[in-house]
Amino acid sequence: MSSAEHGEPVDSLPNATQLRVQGLREQRLLLSLATPALLAVIAIIVIPVGWLFYLSFIGNDGQFTLEHYRKMIEYKSYARVFVTTFQVSFLTTLLCILIGYPLAYFLAILPQRIAGFFMLAVLLPFWTSLLVRTYAWLVLLQKNGILNDFAISAGLWETPIKLVHNMTGTLIGMAHIMLPFLVLPLYGSMRKIERDMMHAAANLGATPIQAFWKVYFPLSLSGMVAGSLIVFVLCLGFYVTPAVLGGGRVVMVATQITAILENQFNWGAASALGVVLLVATLVILYAASKLLKLDTVMFGKH
Amino acid sequence: MASNTETQPSQDPTALPIRIQGLTKKYGKFYALDSVDLEVRSGEFLTLLGPSGSGKTTLLMAIAGFNRPDAGSIRFGDEEMILTPPHRRNVGMVFQSYALFPHMTVAQNVGFPLKLRGVGAEESAERVNAALATVQLSGLGDRGIEQLSGGQRQRVALARAFVFRPRILLMDEPLSALDKKLREQMQIELKHLHEQLGVTTVYVTHDQREALTMSDRIAVINDGRLAQVDSPHNIYNSPANAFVADFIGESTMLPLRRDEGGKLWLQDLLIADQPPAAGDNDWSLVIRPERLFVIGDRQVDADQAVVFSGEVREFVFQGDTAYALAAIGDSQQLAFRFGTDASSSEHFMRPGDPVALGLNRRDVIIIPRGGET
Repeated sequence: MSSAEHGEPVDSLPNATQLRVQGLREQRLLLSLATPALLAVIAIIVIPVGWLFYLSFIGNDGQFTLEHYRKMIEYKSYARVFVTTFQVSFLTTLLCILIGYPLAYFLAILPQRIAGFFMLAVLLPFWTSLLVRTYAWLVLLQKNGILNDFAISAGLWETPIKLVHNMTGTLIGMAHIMLPFLVLPLYGSMRKIERDMMHAAANLGATPIQAFWKVYFPLSLSGMVAGSLIVFVLCLGFYVTPAVLGGGRVVMVATQITAILENQFNWGAASALGVVLLVATLVILYAASKLLKLDTVMFGKH
Repeated sequence: MASNTETQPSQDPTALPIRIQGLTKKYGKFYALDSVDLEVRSGEFLTLLGPSGSGKTTLLMAIAGFNRPDAGSIRFGDEEMILTPPHRRNVGMVFQSYALFPHMTVAQNVGFPLKLRGVGAEESAERVNAALATVQLSGLGDRGIEQLSGGQRQRVALARAFVFRPRILLMDEPLSALDKKLREQMQIELKHLHEQLGVTTVYVTHDQREALTMSDRIAVINDGRLAQVDSPHNIYNSPANAFVADFIGESTMLPLRRDEGGKLWLQDLLIADQPPAAGDNDWSLVIRPERLFVIGDRQVDADQAVVFSGEVREFVFQGDTAYALAAIGDSQQLAFRFGTDASSSEHFMRPGDPVALGLNRRDVIIIPRGGET
């Protein structure tokens, strides 16, 4: 469509310049609103991460070196740390799905007002200090803790079971802390599934079980994937809970980084660990996005 | 009411009658359905028409099995269905929201009921294609649902509802999301589709014009009860009560006075020599605005028509018709409507003009007055 078909060129019409200037000024004003956030991101994320990245290539003598990365490949202990990290993250995510899916479903089928009340039960622990919750689990799970006492008096088992300072304790604590991160996006995507969808499935001849697997589950998948990824990625860098409830037996990357800094004061080695974890996380997110069309997941489209 | 019509015996494999008796559904103290009795004849197109909250959707959902009534009976043919779960009722349904599955293609959506019934892949593909052809969507089977326009989605929902050859088809305001032109086109298409499939169809709408256009019969529903069940012609021309007269079409309702002889009068005009039914009722006159005619210079025989004299209060030009209000007597107003063609435009008038309006005696509608209905 040329301007010839649509009359005069705009510039020759009244107030064209003023209107354009006004538009540009408005755009600049809007952009300036983003400045504080942009500065913060640069100051808090870009610069420190860049610094870490730089440090990981610097040896104790101040020269460029690949030694930190070489060590990570050579020593089995590093590999073990990464395996533990991914194992804990994967199992925690799995536990969260197993506990969180039915919970989110339950919340989603409740009337909105009642669901809000139950949602409080999910969120309340979320607002409590992480450290407090972690030590609370220690109290519950330890050898002479409430859980063992109760189980023994109820005759479930006879001698105290080791529930803490190991993988079991770590997973229990982690799953508890991560649950809201899975339930919230999952609940959101479930709420968006119209009631008519399930009615339509039933009307077309699907039994409740068929309707769930062929219609409800696929439609809730986007929320589940989003929640699972959040949980998984948060788990990868988690420190407090595995440190307290793992009792030194569950060594994850974050724990290892602290150990290196406290024992050897080796910034280079610690940085290299951090960089590898960051890269591994990005690779996983990229793979997931390719596999699951993450963009639609992240932006909540169906 | 006969259980079947002469042309369509109840054994007809393409359609089943629906027999509803004493159907009651309460929400707390509110009766959404209050002991409804309704027979939908085999193969007919019946519309449930009513204002929002009247219970029409509740009734449809009860037929589909999506809500649990408190009491009553719903039979398809001779089979009691009230306790049958929705997935075993085998009725097609078109939802107001269409309820198409967004994670499936058009063909997968339409093929879904066939897959659940264990129809083989080859036959299924054939039937899906045939159904899509019927709704004029041939070749769009591979499209995703988001790629479709509103009208196309409507057609997919329709194809999915009849592809498994249900003998009963339910539609819940299926056209309400479409714009006016498309809606009117789809009304005609749905009517043709119904003739082609021959399936018993229950259609819910709050749009009276839609109901009049499409239905074999209309069940007007209000406050959980059926106000009238009849053909569109009779619903419009012989409303059974004030609710139906008021809800369907435009109307002016004027209370009539009855003298000792039983004659019905409006002011000093004789409207009828006797009431339409025995009893002590009070009666009202219902006048459709378009049935009134401007008399002008013509002579009118008082045996043929009632003549109202009054004064114009409002006059509005609305394109296809002109709408006006006239005051007759002290307190009563009469709405009337006439064409805007060249010969009628001589009647165009201004507030304050005197006017004489005629109403053919054949067009006189008298209904019982009373209650809020």
